[in-house]
Amino acid sequence: MTQLPHSGFFVRLLTCIAAVAVFGLGPGTCWAAEGGNAPVSFERDIYPLLQKACFECHGAETQEADLRVDERTALFDSGSIVPGRPEDSELLRRVALSKGHDEIMPAVGDPLLPSEVRSLRQWIASGANWPEGFIPPKHWAYVKPNRPQLPEVNRQSWTQSPIDHFVLAKLESASLEPSPAASPEKLLRRVHFDLIGLPPTPAEVDAFVADPSQEHFRQIVDELLARPQFGERWARPWLDLARYADSHGFQRDDLREIWAYRDWVIQAMNDDMPFDRFTIEQIAGDLLPDATESSRIATGFHRCAPTNVEAGSLPEETRTEQIIDRVNTTGAVWLGTTLECCQCHDHKYDPFPMKDYYRMLAFFNSTKREADRTNPKQPSSIAFQGPSMNLADAEKDKRRKELETQQAKIKKQRTVRRGELQADLKTWVTTIEVDAMESMPDPVKKVIAKGPEQWTDKEEKTLLDFCVEQDTSSQKLGKQLNKIERDLKAAQPDTTLVMIELEQARPTHIFERGNYQNPGELVEPGTPETLHAMPEGPANRLTLGRWLASQENPLVARVVVNRWWAELFGQGIVATEEDFGIKGELPTHPELLDWLAVELMENGWSRKQLLREIVLSATYQQSSKMTKQLLEVDDQNKLLARGPRIRMDAEMIRDNALAISGLLSLKQFGPPIRPYQPEGIWTKVGGQKYNYQVSPGSEQHRRGIYVVLKRGSPYPSFLNFDATARLACTVQRSRTNTPLQALTLLNDPVYVEAAQAFAKRIQAEANELPLEQQLEYAFQLCTARKPNESELATLTNLVKLYPDDADKAWESVATVLLNLHETITKD
Amino acid sequence: MSIENQSQAMTRRGFLQNSGIGFGGIALASLLQQDVPGGTLTPHIAPRAKHVIYLHMIGAPSQLDLFEPKPELVKRHNQPCPAEVTKDRDFAFIGKTSTLAGSPFKYTKHGSCGHSFSELLPNLASVSDEIAMIHSIHTEEINHAPAQMFLHSGFGRGGRPSFGSWVSYGLGSENENLPGYIVLLSGPKGGAGTSLWSSGFLPSIHQGIQFRSEGDPVLFLSSPQEHTTKDRRQVLDTLSDLNRQQLAATGDPEIETRIEQYEMAFRMQASVPDLMNLEGESKETLALYGAEPGKASFANNCLLARRLVERGVRLIELYDADWDHHSGLDKRLPAKCKQTDQPIAALIMDLKRRGLLDDTLIVWGSEFGRTPLRQGGNAKGTSVAGRDHHKDAFTMWLAGGGVQGGVSYGRTDDFGMDIVENGVHVHDLNATILHLLGIDHQRLTYRYQGREFRLTDVHGNLIRPILA
Repeated sequence: MTQLPHSGFFVRLLTCIAAVAVFGLGPGTCWAAEGGNAPVSFERDIYPLLQKACFECHGAETQEADLRVDERTALFDSGSIVPGRPEDSELLRRVALSKGHDEIMPAVGDPLLPSEVRSLRQWIASGANWPEGFIPPKHWAYVKPNRPQLPEVNRQSWTQSPIDHFVLAKLESASLEPSPAASPEKLLRRVHFDLIGLPPTPAEVDAFVADPSQEHFRQIVDELLARPQFGERWARPWLDLARYADSHGFQRDDLREIWAYRDWVIQAMNDDMPFDRFTIEQIAGDLLPDATESSRIATGFHRCAPTNVEAGSLPEETRTEQIIDRVNTTGAVWLGTTLECCQCHDHKYDPFPMKDYYRMLAFFNSTKREADRTNPKQPSSIAFQGPSMNLADAEKDKRRKELETQQAKIKKQRTVRRGELQADLKTWVTTIEVDAMESMPDPVKKVIAKGPEQWTDKEEKTLLDFCVEQDTSSQKLGKQLNKIERDLKAAQPDTTLVMIELEQARPTHIFERGNYQNPGELVEPGTPETLHAMPEGPANRLTLGRWLASQENPLVARVVVNRWWAELFGQGIVATEEDFGIKGELPTHPELLDWLAVELMENGWSRKQLLREIVLSATYQQSSKMTKQLLEVDDQNKLLARGPRIRMDAEMIRDNALAISGLLSLKQFGPPIRPYQPEGIWTKVGGQKYNYQVSPGSEQHRRGIYVVLKRGSPYPSFLNFDATARLACTVQRSRTNTPLQALTLLNDPVYVEAAQAFAKRIQAEANELPLEQQLEYAFQLCTARKPNESELATLTNLVKLYPDDADKAWESVATVLLNLHETITKD
Repeated sequence: MSIENQSQAMTRRGFLQNSGIGFGGIALASLLQQDVPGGTLTPHIAPRAKHVIYLHMIGAPSQLDLFEPKPELVKRHNQPCPAEVTKDRDFAFIGKTSTLAGSPFKYTKHGSCGHSFSELLPNLASVSDEIAMIHSIHTEEINHAPAQMFLHSGFGRGGRPSFGSWVSYGLGSENENLPGYIVLLSGPKGGAGTSLWSSGFLPSIHQGIQFRSEGDPVLFLSSPQEHTTKDRRQVLDTLSDLNRQQLAATGDPEIETRIEQYEMAFRMQASVPDLMNLEGESKETLALYGAEPGKASFANNCLLARRLVERGVRLIELYDADWDHHSGLDKRLPAKCKQTDQPIAALIMDLKRRGLLDDTLIVWGSEFGRTPLRQGGNAKGTSVAGRDHHKDAFTMWLAGGGVQGGVSYGRTDDFGMDIVENGVHVHDLNATILHLLGIDHQRLTYRYQGREFRLTDVHGNLIRPILA
């Protein structure tokens, strides 16, 4: 680079998917090849490389420039590789070109890593052996995992869990040492955020510092796993997958009621519902023979799909888009596979033909339209429909009954009173004075003028109605009835969106070129041929759910444990959490991944047990300090030579600030809450006009998982920290570092309020202590550790700037501490 | 982030450390060469434009009442539309039996190129020769939000990066003190909201940042009232000091970036209000645009767009709502044109006289166009009641950087219902805009969920005849 270095407005350094893909250490195989001078293996090194880099354009499906490299004869006949002569091999020349060169291959996507080019060169130089009759091995992720043997390690004493054997073996082969254990303070803080998403109290920290034994740690872990906040912490990433939101999305972004599904997820996680059951209920809880209200609520998973209810939209198009979303989301969440490529054509590199896609789609094809015309002739009459279910609520039911009884009683009184008035009508007429007549409506005057004997029934009714209207006790009864009606409305049951199968299944056709208006071959529901067989049972969603969560499924356990691992360590063992296919990254620790997957399945799919195993490992408990050596050899921490160090996600940053300041409300469940947000945020997006009213009292200080998510305009401070609008299934959020984040933490009134409350808290709780200890206490609330002398001096200097204004001094300290990188980092 | 970019960032850190200068208070832009892209790419092609101002009229203005004179349609005004014309065609609202609707507005030709403009756009007509008209745009979506998403992200549902995010990802930002992709809104609510400038699956760093005309121009920009700048500086200095100690203790380079971001936030607190303040503009300039300092308007946004270009912001999107004229088009369209015609023409003239038009591309358009058929109104048809959504043929125009002014491209039939010559798909338009920025649309890719994604999916052909 001869140019002066420069980067954009937003500098983003540490974690980003692309960086992992390009800059990280090579995949496992290449690591091995680099480590020693092992001879290049066609099966292990070359075929997968060609498959990943070339087959998309030069394979069975497509042959750009008439070149095909997925077959031995075709490759050698093309002359692009000359065995024994790397310098004459066009293929090698092309892949070795520099990035951005016009002729570089692959033409699309990232260039090969230098180590990969080396392997290719070595293979060609040594004669380009492509064994006759070579059968490509099945891609690793499609082969069922077996429990691997624990590898031999030298430093046995370091290991605390089988996990550590896999990690240490890899470190030793790279001549690296694991990092020392994290300090008790930092470890306790880490595990608190990882398990419940909230910081430990100073008392909890002190207790663990006093006895930092593994036994004590184990007790703490068990206690954290049992807290109700566990589910709130772990529901957040799942709700990203489920694209859970409180509005429809698109232009008519009205609010919808589906929070019961969010609560179901939290509760299921707290109950440690086995992951297979967790899967089946969400895919087909309505079809279970023992379906309950709870298992029906679970089907909200697929009702979270955004819905276009714009006037004039085409209901069938909207329905089609939603079922396509359901197939794609199912593929991403349970198979770690992008199925959407086969919407229009057979998948170009993963083994999924187009037909498989539509067979999967057939499972989801038989539910009611969710946006439809209320008047079939009127395109503007689109309304949000689709099944929603009343939620049982004993209290509300009771209240409703009471109100209905009251209502009947008063209605009866009203009738009786009317009878009385009717009886007196003729007498009453005679008492009316002339003045009073003046203000009466004309029809009434007419009747009065006539004389009772001439009244028709209709006329008598007109008069009686008027009389009732004027009657004070009737008025009173009317008012009571109005109030009851209002109360009844409030006592209506809450609802939630659920899946309900149509009585008659819709036929499913392949959409030619992905266009639903162009139906082709008829297909039956079915699962991809290349994977495990479908279990016995009717071809419906329930069987699909059982197939997804089957022990025979080679993908699901790996995909799931990998995501959990990434939640704890910042990145998965497979860095491409969303793609376990041929183009995905290879696992850095394939055996560890398989061990964890088997462990999950054999322990009854228990999330809590697996998380427990991981946090009790020495690997997890390492210090996260980055040494110069580690930064040079493995800046992405792919080898796990240190503990995790990652910026918290949006919701956790807010929860943490509220907890530190003492504002946090731990109230659980129910309709979404509305924290303060600047005026006008909701006025520029479509949908009904909503008056954004901040939730009263401590409601606004409940955890981030409960904050309302309007897709057209999500809560801005969350967006600034990489939360998404949940318009589609999100497997991995980005993790950026921007000036907008600084502005949010400094100036968002929610954080300003937190800083003020935090300042008051220190003054109230540590008022008796000398300044240094007050500062220590404040610092500990934010980072779990005590500040060192130099840090203390820095803070003391700040306080001393305001000798006459303690409030201001402490608010400044609180602002600084809440903004510390360490405070918003799990380290 | 590519290998180059990462090493650039690393080197820069090294560079500044070695020279013994901290980040606080120095204008990096002045230290660094201006035009080095900060994104993942070195341009594929020589860029013709450095900046884009994208004027999106939310709701879809009627091309038939602005740019497309159709005498035959006027002649057959109020006659039933021949059935074969509407056969196999979906409309959002009107049915299969429909009535032709000519424009009630007068057209004249303008400039040496002879572009036609209706009487609603007298100011734009005066810069006719700067404009390349495309009369043959077509899209795939017939409802607003999906079509808006399709125009900006090449996909009719959410979750994909917008055009601006792709460019930010590819080319980075030119300005150290402002985001590279800024969004300005005017008019009532409408449209698909933040999803139009969302970064989708790209890192959120590439999302469009809305600058607001009321309240804080950037959310959370102002310090709490009781804090003076001095207070804030003391907080930031203490924060930076503590973060540095932590950096030394842990070696985490992310902390260095965090420190830098706080400094940038501090600088933004001065630079953004300065940018948004139109008081310093001359009376003549304000009058040219019809802008009034302190007032929220499309005119103010156009003037702000010029100020953003001057400050090196790469992408500026203006969304103006309320162009969805299903009814009352005869009154509502003129009213919208009155709000926008002068400022848009002013923007072109102002950029030109300041020498900025050569490397600023202006794009005007919407998610689709409107039908040559009447929607609603009385049977006598004394006026055009309104028009329905039309995705099969509509007009957009480009001007400035790399575009050949005066060109007219694509033609529609006598009704303006279908394209008869040189159709331009939204993907083609996006490919062309990227090309003008120096990007080969086939090579701007991002791998996500096992697939290389592109703004133009697997499509897109350059519209060469409109290039200068």
